[in-house]
Amino acid sequence: MITGGGAFEDEEKWLAEGIAAIQHNAFYMHRALDSNNLREALKFSALFLSELRTSRLSPHKYYQLYMRAFDELRKLEVFFKEEDRHGCSVVDLYELVQHAGNILPRLYLLCTVGSVYIKSKDVSAKDVLKDLVEMCRGIQHPIRGLFLRSYLSQVSKDKLAEIGCQYEGGEDSVMDAVEFVLQNFAEMNKLWVRMHHQGPPRIKEKMEKERSELCDLVGKNLHLLSQIEGVDLEMYRDTVLPRVLEQVVNCKDELAQYYLMDCIIQVFPDEYHLQTLETLLGAFPQLQATVDIKTVLSRLMERLSNYASSSPEVLPDFLQVEAFNKLSGAIGKVIEAQIDMPIVGVITLYVCLLTFSLRVHPERLDYVDHVLGACVQKLSGKPKLEDSRATKQVVTLLSAPLEKYNDIATALTLSNYPRVMDHLDSSTNKVMAMVIIQSIMKNNTCVSTSDKVDVLFELIRGLIKDLDGTPVDELDEEDFKEEQNSVARLIHMLYNEDPEEMLKIIVTVKNHIMTGGPKRLPYTVPPLVFTALKLVRKLQYQDGDVTGEEVPATPKNIFQLLNQTIETLLSVPSPELALRLYLHCAEAASDCELEPLAYELFTQAFVLYEEEVADSKAQVTAIHLIIGTLQRINVFGVENRDTLTHKATGYSAKLLKKPDQCRAVYACSHLFWVDNPDGIKDGERVILCLKRSLRIANAAQQMANATRGSSGPVTLFVEILNKYLYFFEKGNPHITSAAIQDLVELIKTEMQSDTTASDPATNAYFASTLRYIQFQKQKGGVMGEKFDAVKV
Amino acid sequence: MVLVLALGDLHISHRAPDLPPKFKSMLVPGKIQHIICTGNLCIKEIHDYLRTICPDLHITRGEYDEETRYPETKTLTIGQFKIGICHGHQVIPSGDLDSLAMLQRQLDVDILVTGHTHQFTAYKHEAGVVINPGSATGAYSSITYDVNPSFVLMDIDALRVVVYVYELIDGEVKVDKIDFKKTTTT
Repeated sequence: MITGGGAFEDEEKWLAEGIAAIQHNAFYMHRALDSNNLREALKFSALFLSELRTSRLSPHKYYQLYMRAFDELRKLEVFFKEEDRHGCSVVDLYELVQHAGNILPRLYLLCTVGSVYIKSKDVSAKDVLKDLVEMCRGIQHPIRGLFLRSYLSQVSKDKLAEIGCQYEGGEDSVMDAVEFVLQNFAEMNKLWVRMHHQGPPRIKEKMEKERSELCDLVGKNLHLLSQIEGVDLEMYRDTVLPRVLEQVVNCKDELAQYYLMDCIIQVFPDEYHLQTLETLLGAFPQLQATVDIKTVLSRLMERLSNYASSSPEVLPDFLQVEAFNKLSGAIGKVIEAQIDMPIVGVITLYVCLLTFSLRVHPERLDYVDHVLGACVQKLSGKPKLEDSRATKQVVTLLSAPLEKYNDIATALTLSNYPRVMDHLDSSTNKVMAMVIIQSIMKNNTCVSTSDKVDVLFELIRGLIKDLDGTPVDELDEEDFKEEQNSVARLIHMLYNEDPEEMLKIIVTVKNHIMTGGPKRLPYTVPPLVFTALKLVRKLQYQDGDVTGEEVPATPKNIFQLLNQTIETLLSVPSPELALRLYLHCAEAASDCELEPLAYELFTQAFVLYEEEVADSKAQVTAIHLIIGTLQRINVFGVENRDTLTHKATGYSAKLLKKPDQCRAVYACSHLFWVDNPDGIKDGERVILCLKRSLRIANAAQQMANATRGSSGPVTLFVEILNKYLYFFEKGNPHITSAAIQDLVELIKTEMQSDTTASDPATNAYFASTLRYIQFQKQKGGVMGEKFDAVKV
Repeated sequence: MVLVLALGDLHISHRAPDLPPKFKSMLVPGKIQHIICTGNLCIKEIHDYLRTICPDLHITRGEYDEETRYPETKTLTIGQFKIGICHGHQVIPSGDLDSLAMLQRQLDVDILVTGHTHQFTAYKHEAGVVINPGSATGAYSSITYDVNPSFVLMDIDALRVVVYVYELIDGEVKVDKIDFKKTTTT
């Protein structure tokens, strides 16, 4: 017994002593062998074998001693074989060695002789082996007995493997060989299991570790069984497996059970496992509660999956033996039996089963749903999962069908899929939601019915709205943006050719995103709006009433929906975004010839401009968007158009900075001149705008003079000149060549004035403008004539 | 030979989920020397993605861009060509070639790259060339119906620029090219 502190140093000393003693006696044995002196050889071999009688060494150290002895015994065996050297028949030898004084050396020598004996074929191998395996019972000390039997196994192994063909032959002898190994195995396992150590926990742990290192000694027996020719499926099923399992279950030792179950799985062919599945699985619930069954089971399932993948022709066998059902049942029983198994263990088992099912029976969605259902059962009644390892496993579980089928629609048909997700806490729900969205994006999947969309958005609801407990503010901003952008991109993957169904999809999405709150709307509303506008455009060409649906897919209905949706942006508040969206809708309404609606939407945009857009830069952009849109719209009658253009011009003149005013006002000039055949061409109002902008430019010039001492950029004048040229070319009668000439002169004067700071950009602009005029002159034809009048 | 990628109006994630896969597989890092982007990406993620294709990225502000600090216009010189960029929502009427020519005169550039209409155009006039690479994702536009995804690759070599336009039509990428020569001007 190891008792403490200095024990380690003592062990080293004892081991060294033992090895020295072996070497010493072996030396004399060699001398005896050289002189063919059998008696002396036996004497000295018995002596060195006595060293193995020690109880003072740990398994690790005993092993080292044993190996020394083993090497020497090999030489002795060679000597035994060569009868002419010692003149003793092997039968007599067998008798002779039994005179050794102590039992352990005696048995080692017997085993050594025994192996020679069998080879000589003088006697039935079966009898000798039986004899030996029985006699080894004489050693009940765990370490000594284990190594002795290991030695027996080692020296008989070659003979056993050949037994089917070389020796006596016939099924009986195979049976004998099997019996021998089974018995040796059983006894070795019993000894191994008994090798527990007492003592302080630290030492005990070390000893357990060393004990586990000896597992191969026991496991070798199973290897041996698998290599004996003649051990076919029948014998495995009827004899080998039941006996081995009996030993495994009855030994009630965690370490042994884990190792041996795994060993069985790794050592015997997959075909055997498939055919004996029920028996094998039957052992699992009977194992000790602390055995890591999930690892063993997962390795079994992995082996079987590999087997199915590499040999597709065995698939019918899988179905015939009902592999999935058996595995599923076994897992259920294990979970039932081990009531203290933590939830992460339970889920890992189901992950393994699901992986198996997806690899072996991918077309069986009912299997997949079954596994998910079993999980749901285990999770229900418990509070939401908090163990991060467990939630990771659930994410793995839910991701597996997505990866396998590459089609979210398949996952959406699994009735238990959303139920599993229900049990996730909100942050894991979000992780899973992102996985789902990424799967859809990666596979370019299109989700095509409103029902599927509804299920999908329910699944990802952690991204859509605040679930209980986690307010949005707590989130990292980058993460939040990424999540919402993902949802936005997802919306573009929802599509159906049929307008009615498409509208239903849009309504479904709207209902979901409306629960998102002000922080999410700026991300989710625009994609929905543009999706709806695409539908409107599609319907534009369709005539007639659509009857029979609750909300028929007509542009009018869609615009109503759009209006409601965009309105919600005011709660964020996102007035600039809302304004842009209203303008898009107004233009779309105009394309559908819905004048009142277009006017209404324009009004909304204007109201937002007046009341909500306060930042001057934002105003500049907004007014240009308004003017640009209004310029393109042709649905308005005179009155409506007048009101809107008047407003637009008014806003333009009221921008804060003079240069911005100037530019916006001359942009408005285009509102009165539309270049297509029936477009408005009000030359007078065009020139009024341009003159107004000229006045503003002058005022700007004077202000710059006053404040900075030198005039501001002349560039505004050059811009207005270009606008004059534009309308001159288009044939606006109110723009005369004289007016152009005057403007050119004005610019030249300003540029040459002392008070003007020279600006290269403006100079270049003016220069290229003049070049343009020259170019037009040289064009000849109508244009050339026109420009001819312009003297510059 | 200098390769310049011109693209814009992707509108991710407002109007499109991503660039078409066929375009993505063509845009390989390391082959392009400059990127010109007219704007409306709209999210930072796309900005980062473009920078992985080529770090020399020139971009102007579109009215939906998340980043509000991109400039309204930008000019740069590549080889012998002065190039100007502007998204185009500031130009009225939208897409009107004469108004764009006015902008081109103002920026004093040989090539003006602009967007907003989602419609590919390449137009030569007295002062130079106006190029609109269209929408790289085929995003919805109020101005243009039936938008096909498109982008432009310019091969600039001394005084010659070859404009390759890549358009995704019915799932296939079609390429067209237009040659422009710069006359040695003052």
